[in-house]
Amino acid sequence: MDATSRSFVANARAGLQDADLQTSLARFQGGFQVKRVEAAKRLPEFEALRDEARAIKDHTLAHLDHYLERYEEQVTAAGGTVHWCQTPEDARQVILSLCQEADARTVTKSKSMIAEEMELNPFLEEHGIEPVETDLGEYVVQLAEERPSHIIAPAVHKTKDQVADLFHEKHTPLGRTRRLDRVEELVEEAREVLRPRYLAADVGITGANFLIAETGSSTIVTNEGNGDLTQILPRAPIVIATLEKVVPTLEDATTIMRVLARSATGQEFSTYTTVSTGPRRPDDADGPEAYHVVLLDNGRSRMLGSEFREVLRCIKCGACMNHCPVYGTVGGHAYGWVYPGPVGAVLTPNLIGLEEARHLPNASSFCGRCEEVCPMRIPLPGLMRKLREQEFERRLSPAAVRSGIGVWAWLARRPALYRCLTGLGIRVLGMLGRRRGRFTRLPLAGGWTAARDLPAPEGATFHALWRKGRRA
Amino acid sequence: MSATGGRDAILGSIRRSLGRGPLDEAARAALDERLAKPQPNLVPARTDIPQDERVELFTSMAEAVFATVDRVSGADAVPGAVADYLAQHNLPPALVMAPDPALDAYPWGERPMLAIRRGRAEEADRVGVTGAVMGFAETGTLMMTSGPDHPSSLNFLPETHIVVLPAERIGGAYEEGWAHLRAEGGADADGGFMPRTVNLVTGPSRTADIEQTITLGAHGPRRLHIVIVEGDES
Ligand code: SF4
Repeated sequence: MDATSRSFVANARAGLQDADLQTSLARFQGGFQVKRVEAAKRLPEFEALRDEARAIKDHTLAHLDHYLERYEEQVTAAGGTVHWCQTPEDARQVILSLCQEADARTVTKSKSMIAEEMELNPFLEEHGIEPVETDLGEYVVQLAEERPSHIIAPAVHKTKDQVADLFHEKHTPLGRTRRLDRVEELVEEAREVLRPRYLAADVGITGANFLIAETGSSTIVTNEGNGDLTQILPRAPIVIATLEKVVPTLEDATTIMRVLARSATGQEFSTYTTVSTGPRRPDDADGPEAYHVVLLDNGRSRMLGSEFREVLRCIKCGACMNHCPVYGTVGGHAYGWVYPGPVGAVLTPNLIGLEEARHLPNASSFCGRCEEVCPMRIPLPGLMRKLREQEFERRLSPAAVRSGIGVWAWLARRPALYRCLTGLGIRVLGMLGRRRGRFTRLPLAGGWTAARDLPAPEGATFHALWRKGRRA
Repeated sequence: MSATGGRDAILGSIRRSLGRGPLDEAARAALDERLAKPQPNLVPARTDIPQDERVELFTSMAEAVFATVDRVSGADAVPGAVADYLAQHNLPPALVMAPDPALDAYPWGERPMLAIRRGRAEEADRVGVTGAVMGFAETGTLMMTSGPDHPSSLNFLPETHIVVLPAERIGGAYEEGWAHLRAEGGADADGGFMPRTVNLVTGPSRTADIEQTITLGAHGPRRLHIVIVEGDES
């Protein structure tokens, strides 16, 4: 998918002016936030589990080569195959040849951000294979020819009425001509339209929440059951996953599962957690005849050696975007690529380049809520700050910003001069603003005052107050 | 790109990032020990309670996620409980049942109106009946494993899924399920103990993808009904 992260500012402006989006955003964040807090309260061990979950992933990442080798051995022993792919292009070619071997005309898919990352749908279509998204939100987004705006709720930007119009338009050719207006009716219609698609599909593609080294298993977690129908019914299921999904044992996966749903939707546990190991056994009554795992690197092995290693702990729960004031204002599409919100602000520049995505780490007020709620305790604001530093060092920010920051840095290294100038500035501003108590416009600060007033300073600088001991 | 080319390149890149070559023997042995003897991590204390309270907790947790639970006493009561449930919900007295010897042991013959087919689920099946390996009180979760006696399609295709679960099979935490599978795996136990599919099921299928409105029966079953059987040693 072509990234539009470069146009974050314009995207965000469009998001702010989209009334339907604003209605949807206003509704969703509150619900998720309350449910997460309640779920955490019901489990006294929640914080301790977050610590363990982080430690498990850190241990795994420090020994990633070994666990991946063991994982592959177990997949092979169970009769499956692991395909190691460095780039999205490698992965697409493997998937295409697996589809061709299965003579596939349609492929059902269960929501996978990795598939978005490798732009799988347009690629399959180019090769005459029809991909059918089965997660309800992802199905809506596919019908609308859009992209997901949230990693666990892909159609969160749409109102019910928009979905109703969309279904009316796209399902009319299927003989379903009535416009529905209740959510249950819409869910029911999607169920009826998709059921035959599951049964007819030749290949089913799912993501994976975990790969388990101990057993060579892949795990999917869904509420709808679409992932299971996608991987049980077709002859040839394909699991796509990135390297960092591996964990050592079933117990390790279990610990992380305990924080996953609670952080994501505030559920105690998702409806369906399925652990799959190899193809069907000789005496099984159903199940697929093959088992393929497409294991994608796409920059992860490089990130492992960088200062951004910690983001590889991410379990794609979505909590950081559920709690981000910027995401909640501009919506997920503004971020312009697969991963929105705070995790996107760190992942996207790492995966598609800081040149493409330099705005994203700046789209944060550093309020710190993302780090507070991240079940894997990823220091997202700290990582964004490192990207901002890189942006400056690599001269990617505009000249005015660079020279501004440069002047400030020069001054900041000269404390006496800094104190003198800021003290002078604050007195001048205080005198000028005494009458109204605020400024609606200031030279050189137009960007700031365009949307808000600057209160006039009332006393000394912070440094001066600090020295005097007025620290309260 | 050849498969091995990709593999070596990726492993090499991981090792470069970790600033080392392949692990030495001792380090590998320590990690393999961790894999060979998996230890539970922190297990929430909520299921450290006597068995009868676990059954209560299982029931309330399952009901909280829209499953329905019926508790019957003795194996003889099972066919009647299933037939009554179908009648109450205006469902046809026809079902597809897992070819599970434990289910066969119930006296279905006493309910001749029930038309029972044994096997995997087909498109037209509206009601499926299966057993479950275990239940976990922690979250009201059922563990079901694929095999000749339990086709996985029964857990997902029919719109009504009835699970018959002897009360003795209700445990506390998910970890007990893994321990059970390892023990059952017997001779194979070296990672090879896993059935093709292990389904952990907590309530009926649901979605909240449209305006966060929870709606049941998104793709999987609309109804999950659990018949807990007391005093059934099967
Ligand atoms: S960064 Fe943390 S909060 Fe955000 S999706 Fe990943 S695990 Fe969840």
